[in-house]
Amino acid sequence: MSNQLFWEDVKEGSELTPESHQPSTRQLVQYAGASGDFYEIHYDKDFAIGNSLDGPILHGALKSAFLGKFMTDWAGPLGSLKKLSCQYRGMDFPGQVITAKGTVNRKYQLNGNCLVDCTIWLENPSGQNTTPGTATVELPSKGDSNG
Amino acid sequence: MTTPPSFLTAEMREQAIGTQSSPLTMEVEKGAIMKFAEAIGDSNPLWTDEVTARKSRYGGLIAPPTFLRSIRIERPELPFDLPFTRLLDGGSDWEYFQPVRVGDRITAKNEMIDLQERVGRMGLMIIMTNLITYVNQFEEVVATQTNTSIRY
Repeated sequence: MSNQLFWEDVKEGSELTPESHQPSTRQLVQYAGASGDFYEIHYDKDFAIGNSLDGPILHGALKSAFLGKFMTDWAGPLGSLKKLSCQYRGMDFPGQVITAKGTVNRKYQLNGNCLVDCTIWLENPSGQNTTPGTATVELPSKGDSNG
Repeated sequence: MTTPPSFLTAEMREQAIGTQSSPLTMEVEKGAIMKFAEAIGDSNPLWTDEVTARKSRYGGLIAPPTFLRSIRIERPELPFDLPFTRLLDGGSDWEYFQPVRVGDRITAKNEMIDLQERVGRMGLMIIMTNLITYVNQFEEVVATQTNTSIRY
């Protein structure tokens, strides 16, 4: 497994390592099958254009899945995701690279848990933030004997 | 200035807010988790590698954070017809309380908690906010999802 991040090592204001994806229409079909969301705007070009879109668009929930992966990768096997929020402000299209980015907003302890709040988002190839969000993760502390 | 078009009345909002759909229960299958993880390009061993997951603090495979989207719980039906057919997902706020494990029986409930209208780039839009609560076979709330959707 990856190197585990500990709460003590996190600095407020620091950046999370970005993660990029380039979903194809094929991946959108795969996501449709896995999630059961077969709405045609995600893989049928004529249908998408008929719905005033420029073409098939990514499922919003696939974008939130990318942000979920981004946070669980960062938190490591001993960390856990407590909250994940995002808004689909801009549309993202298959074939384009989208990159998950984030910064550490705040680290704090609450009821004995070591928590970190992050600002996260997805960026399209023009550098626009299409999917702003936030996340809270719980991280292990070096003081935990059962780490 | 022209008056923006309007559809929703206070009475309609009152009728709609608080409506619930019938609960839906799904058993969490190992293959479904793995297919979902593959579809989102997430090879985290906690959801893809049984041996590593077994040795983890969870003692077995768990589901990735947004896997619960595969429980296709319907939105509660509105007590009136909307003059729109198009739908966009606006976003979700998730809160997680317990891991979702292979073999869990998860029941989803969906309640409409807000209804608004707005005039946007594509004309009049209705914004629905739904609270989806996921409960496991031990009556524990494993997660909640507050989802916003747009009809236009």
